[in-house]
Amino acid sequence: MASAFEYAPAPESRAIVDIAPSYGLFIDGEFTEAADGKVFKTVSPASEEVLSEIAQAGEADVDRAVQAARRAFEKWSALPGAERAKYLFRIARIIQERSRELAVLETLDNGKPIKETRDADLPLVAAHFFYYAGWADKLDHAGFGANPRPLGVAGQVIPWNFPLLMLAWKIAPALATGNTVVLKPAETTPLSALFFADVCRQAGLPKGVVNILPGYGDTGAALVAHPDVNKVAFTGSTAVGKQIAKTVAGTRKKLTLELGGKGANIVFDDAPIDQAVEGIVNGIFFNQGQVCCAGSRLLVQESIQDELLDSLKRRLSTLRLGDPLDKNTDIGAINSEEQLTRITSLVERGESEGAERWSPACELPTSGYWFAPTLFTNVTQAHTIARDEIFGPVLSVLTFRTPDEAVAKANNTQYGLSAGIWTEKGSRILAVANKLRAGVVWSNTFNKFDPTSPFGGYKESGFGREGGRHGLEAYLDV
Amino acid sequence: MSDRLSVFKTYKLYVGGKFPRSESGRVYEVTDSKDNWLANAPLSSRKDARDAVVAARKAFGGWSGATAYNRGQVLYRVAEMLEGRRGQFVREVADAEGLSKSRAAAVVEATIDRWVWYAGWTDKIAQVVGGANPVAGPYFNLSSPEPTGVVAVLAPQDSSFLGLVSVLAPVIATGNTAVVVASERSPLPALSLGEVLATSDVPGGVVNVLSGRTSEIATPLAAHQDVNAIDLAGADDVLAKELEIAAADNLKRVLRPQPVDDWSATPGIDRMTAFLETKTVWHPTGSLGASGSAY
Repeated sequence: MASAFEYAPAPESRAIVDIAPSYGLFIDGEFTEAADGKVFKTVSPASEEVLSEIAQAGEADVDRAVQAARRAFEKWSALPGAERAKYLFRIARIIQERSRELAVLETLDNGKPIKETRDADLPLVAAHFFYYAGWADKLDHAGFGANPRPLGVAGQVIPWNFPLLMLAWKIAPALATGNTVVLKPAETTPLSALFFADVCRQAGLPKGVVNILPGYGDTGAALVAHPDVNKVAFTGSTAVGKQIAKTVAGTRKKLTLELGGKGANIVFDDAPIDQAVEGIVNGIFFNQGQVCCAGSRLLVQESIQDELLDSLKRRLSTLRLGDPLDKNTDIGAINSEEQLTRITSLVERGESEGAERWSPACELPTSGYWFAPTLFTNVTQAHTIARDEIFGPVLSVLTFRTPDEAVAKANNTQYGLSAGIWTEKGSRILAVANKLRAGVVWSNTFNKFDPTSPFGGYKESGFGREGGRHGLEAYLDV
Repeated sequence: MSDRLSVFKTYKLYVGGKFPRSESGRVYEVTDSKDNWLANAPLSSRKDARDAVVAARKAFGGWSGATAYNRGQVLYRVAEMLEGRRGQFVREVADAEGLSKSRAAAVVEATIDRWVWYAGWTDKIAQVVGGANPVAGPYFNLSSPEPTGVVAVLAPQDSSFLGLVSVLAPVIATGNTAVVVASERSPLPALSLGEVLATSDVPGGVVNVLSGRTSEIATPLAAHQDVNAIDLAGADDVLAKELEIAAADNLKRVLRPQPVDDWSATPGIDRMTAFLETKTVWHPTGSLGASGSAY
C-alpha cells in the first residue's frame, strides 16, 4: 500500500564493523586454517555480497579443538566460581561496549533488520552472560545438591536465525558451570561467533576454554560424535535433532535439544484486538518468521475472524520490507537461498492444497533473498502449512468456536514449543495455559525472552531447558 | 492340618484397571532362587504393550489434571493397602529374591516407606523446581513443572519390589501415567502390586503392569509414537542402546540405566524431574492505564 508519506532511508553505517577478507578456525586461543585447507564463503543475504571467506572445519580440526577444550577443562573447572564469574562479567561488558559493531555485523551476515539486532539480539546476548556470570559462584545453591560438577567438554551446534544469541544461550551456562566448549556456528552465519572469539581474547579468557569451528552439517556431526565430548547441545531442526539423539544413544553424553515448533497463537473474541494484532505480527514476522517459537498458526475465534483479519491485513500493509541496515526496516532478508527455496515450496504447497494466499503490496529488492509477509486463510488442520514448520514469514489462519476446540487444535501438532493466548479474561488465560502442551506460553504478549526464564519444548520440540536456573542443569552432573 | 492343599493364584496383567491374561495366551514359568516353581506369569506380547499404552494415554488427562493434593492422597492410600498386605509381599519378595524372611521384611518395609515418601512429594515438587522468574521488563513470568505424559518404565531386574516402586512411584507422583515392565525373572511382586493399586484409589490406566520378556515388550514401547518417555532401568547396555535409538524417533525423554548400588538409599528428585517438562507462562504487568488494563 503506497502511503502518503514515504519514509526517507535511515541506514545505519556499516563503517563501525571491520570484516576481514578471511577468517580461520578459533582453536586453543588461536585463529588457524583448517587442516585440509578448505574454505567457504559467507554472503550477505540482503545483497548476495561476499562478506568473507571462512575456514571450514573438518574431522581433524574437530579433534584438535576437542583436545584443546579437554586440556583447558582441567584448569577452568578448578577455578573458583568467583573467578569464572569475573571472566563472564568481562565478556558481558565487552559485548555491551561492542554492541553496535556486533549488531551491524549480525545484520550484514544474517539479513535481519538492524532494529532487531540492536534492540533485541545484542541486549539479550549481554544479559545472558551477565545472568550466568552470577551463577558461577552460587552453584551450590542452584537446587542440584551441594557441589554439582561440570560435565567436561561441551559440543555445541547452533543455528543461523539468532547466531550470537544462540551462542550466548550455549556458552554462558557452559562456562559458568565450569565446562569448556567447542561451538559450531551455522555455515551461513559464522561471523559473529568469530568476532566473539575476539571478545574472548579481549576478556583474557584462558586458551582452549572456547573454541569456534565454522562449518557445515558434517562438521557438526563430527563434533557430536566425537568420543571425548561429554555434553551435546543442539538448536536446529527436529530432523537433525533426532539424528543427534541416535548418535549419542548408548553413550554417557548428556544431550539437550531445542528443535522446531508450530506455535499456536489463540485469539479469543474478547481479546484486545489492536494489541493482539501487534502480537500476531510480532509472533510470526519477527526475524522474518525464522524463529522456532514463532506463532505460525493463528487460531481465531470464529465470531471475530473478519474484524481481526481486516485489522491484521491493514497492519501488514504498513510493514516495511527492505535494506536490513535501514533503521526503519521491519522485514529483512531471508537468511539464505536454500531457506528461501524451502519457504517458497511450502507456500506453493499451501496454495495447491486449497488455502487462500494473501500478501500486502510489497516490492521486493532485485538482489538478495526476499519473501513478502504472507497470510493464508481457509486453512484446515490437515494442510501441510498448518502442520509443517515453514520457518519464514508465513502465517496460517484457522478458526475455532469454543475454548476446548482452541486447546485441541493448538495441541494437535508433533511440536510443543510455544503458544499464545489473547483474552481479557484472566481465568481463561490460566485455564487455557494449563492445558496447552508447550514449553512457553505467552498471554497477551508474544516472543518475549529473558535470561532468567527457562525456554524449551515439549514433544518433538526437543528436551532440556535453556535460560534460568533450569538452564544450568544441562551442564552439570545432575 | 498340613494336609490341606493350598490355593494357587493365577497371576494376571494389570491394564486399564483390569486384570487381563496376555492376549497372546502365553505364560512363562516363574521360579524361586532354587528353581522351584512359583507360578505361571503372563508372557506379554507387543499387542499387550500397545493396549497398555492406550490405557495409559486415556488415563493421563484425569490423572495429570487432578490436584496435587488429591494425587498425594491416592498415593498414600496405596501405602495403606500395601501395609495391609505386608505378609504377602514379604513372602513374594523372599521367594523372588532368595532372601530370608527378615531380610525380605526389611525390603518390604523400605518399599512401603518409599511409597509414602513419594506420596508426600506430589504437592511439593512444583515449589521446589518451579517458581517466579525475575524478568527484566513489565512481565509476570512463572515456570512450573508438568508431567511429560505416558512413561514406559522398565523395572530393575534385581530388585523386584523396592526397585520397582523406586522407579514407578516418582513417575506417577508427578502426574504421568505408566506402563511398567516387571522384572523378567521375578515379576510376581509387581503383578501383586497391580492388585493393590486396583483396590486403592488409583484410577484405572494410571499404572499398567506387564510381565514377560523385557526386550520383547520394551521394543514396541520404545518405538511407540504415543509414549512420551522411557526409563531404561531394567535394560542391559546392549538393549538400552537399541531402545534409546528407537526412542529418538519421536524424541522420547530417556532415562538411561544408572548404576544403583543400593535401592534402599534415599533417592533424590532426579527420577521425578526426568519426566517433567517446564512450562513458562508470561503475562504483561505494568501500571494500570486509564482503560484499566495495560498490555
